[in-house]
Amino acid sequence: MSAGMQRAGLGLKLVTGAVVAFLYVPLAIIFLYAFTTQSAGFRFPPPGLTTEWFGIAFRNPEIWEALRLSLAVAGVATLVALALGSLLAAAVARTRFFGREAISFIVILPIALPGIVTGLALRSSFSLLGVPFSMWTLAIAHATFCVVIVYNNVLARLRRSSPSIVEASADLGASGLQTFRYVILPNLATALLAGAILAFALSFDEIIVTTFTAGQQRTLPIWIFNSLFRPRQRPVTNVVAMLVIAMTFIPIMIAQILTRDPATSRSRPPR
Amino acid sequence: MGVVSFGAPPPSSVGRRVGAAMSVAANTGTSAAHRASAFFFRHPVLKLLLFLLPGVLWLGVVYLGSLGSMVSYSFWRLEEFTGLVVRDFGFTTYEELFSRANIDIILRTTAMAAAVTVGCGILAFPLAYYMSRYASARMKTVLYLAVLMPLWSSYLVRALAWRQILAGEGVLLWVLDKLGLDPLVARLLDVPVIGGPSLVQSYIGMFTVFVYLWLPFMVLPIQAALERVPLSFLEASADLGAKPWLTFRRVVFPLALPGLVAGSIFTFSLTLGDFIIPTFFGTSGFFIGLQVYVQQGTAGNLPLAAAFTVVPMAIMTVYLLVARKLGAFEAL
Repeated sequence: MSAGMQRAGLGLKLVTGAVVAFLYVPLAIIFLYAFTTQSAGFRFPPPGLTTEWFGIAFRNPEIWEALRLSLAVAGVATLVALALGSLLAAAVARTRFFGREAISFIVILPIALPGIVTGLALRSSFSLLGVPFSMWTLAIAHATFCVVIVYNNVLARLRRSSPSIVEASADLGASGLQTFRYVILPNLATALLAGAILAFALSFDEIIVTTFTAGQQRTLPIWIFNSLFRPRQRPVTNVVAMLVIAMTFIPIMIAQILTRDPATSRSRPPR
Repeated sequence: MGVVSFGAPPPSSVGRRVGAAMSVAANTGTSAAHRASAFFFRHPVLKLLLFLLPGVLWLGVVYLGSLGSMVSYSFWRLEEFTGLVVRDFGFTTYEELFSRANIDIILRTTAMAAAVTVGCGILAFPLAYYMSRYASARMKTVLYLAVLMPLWSSYLVRALAWRQILAGEGVLLWVLDKLGLDPLVARLLDVPVIGGPSLVQSYIGMFTVFVYLWLPFMVLPIQAALERVPLSFLEASADLGAKPWLTFRRVVFPLALPGLVAGSIFTFSLTLGDFIIPTFFGTSGFFIGLQVYVQQGTAGNLPLAAAFTVVPMAIMTVYLLVARKLGAFEAL
């Protein structure tokens, strides 16, 4: 191979930089317009900068109510996903049984199908059974598509760890409960935490399935969606959007660090 | 374990039973705990069932049951005068689905999904190629996170950003104006099908937002596929006299294709089922997702909404079968 091929050409570097900028400039725009003095439009450059929208958002009870609901739904959905996802992962990782492939398929289905399918499916069964829409219908819907996140994280960890540690623990006289407490749990802890964080983030800002399974309830994304139809006080929406970005970016960063596979983060092999 | 009892009833009883078994074992000391573990060791099938039951019940009853109820709705019909759903099996709703106007919606959505997929592929490939071939280990981690973060972060917020970027007085037109490129935008908006009165109200704007939203889903599988192309293949190709472009076309691209197809599953499926973007961007033409949203909501026609969701499911089934032929599942 010629020496020239080992370094990227200027063109490729520029395109790469442009694509990364394409991914991030819009988020900067959200931040910028949270400070604009213009309440109804998106004039660029902003006519002036102010922090008054933060106070207005802070004093808005609707936003607090929506935040509370979003946190409650995400919390319940995450707990259900943790229980179901890790049990399924444990069963699939350690045993071979009839229908094992079907488990992986059915777990991924709620997230692989378009959101409107999952959303409308749950909505039609709720209305068929006469279940009134509430925080619980939202939590059920969110838990359904969050299971796969925990499942994948725990399964990946179980596949990397040796099954003999459990046998060793039993040979040393530990009961199943002790083995779980002192061997399995410490081994899985970071995978469970990362799975929980990602499931929480996924639920916290989900909008499509949420729209179909909510009645009068408004989660934070639904509040943002509705506020887009209101011409006034646009920057308040941006303040809330900043909050949503912060509430998802930071935890996801932590989850990524927790699950970093030592095999993939090693440096490149020498050439 | 008690958490499981929230929501659907089926898993709860199992959850409580497991919880009870655990607390009994903990309270009565090690001998009971040992007896319990010995019991489950001797009965591995029982243990397996205990692990599987809550999840299988939830996904099997709550989720698959819901999908079933939705499909059955699509075979029912709406009585026009009363506005009530008539629960008689029939194909009236499907006849409505295949009316001229609805066929247009399906074709429009599929065309947009295809265009978005191609757009994502074109933008994703150079970035994925740079990541897998040239980036240092540190740079690769940075770029990987840079691509991954938007994938997990709020899709609604990112769509909102574009509403502000594409606005009439917004940043994009300001930049283009400074560069003296605004006549180009005017000319682009004059193009019949893809144009419109403004960037927000045109398919160009809608396409841009879709490409932006789904781009990370395309980058990661392509990068993973390129990562597996051995350097020796490129060296061999060069040794045999191929110019870099020929090597790319005949060696690199075919090996990256499964990754490209894997990414396209996401970009295609996500565009097919979206209703948020067509609400805020594009012209008055409806899209599948928007039609489902309107039919189940203001129009109150749950059967037609259900029949419409069968369309993306059918398209994706065919798509996945083709993708499997192209080896995309190994690249996921």
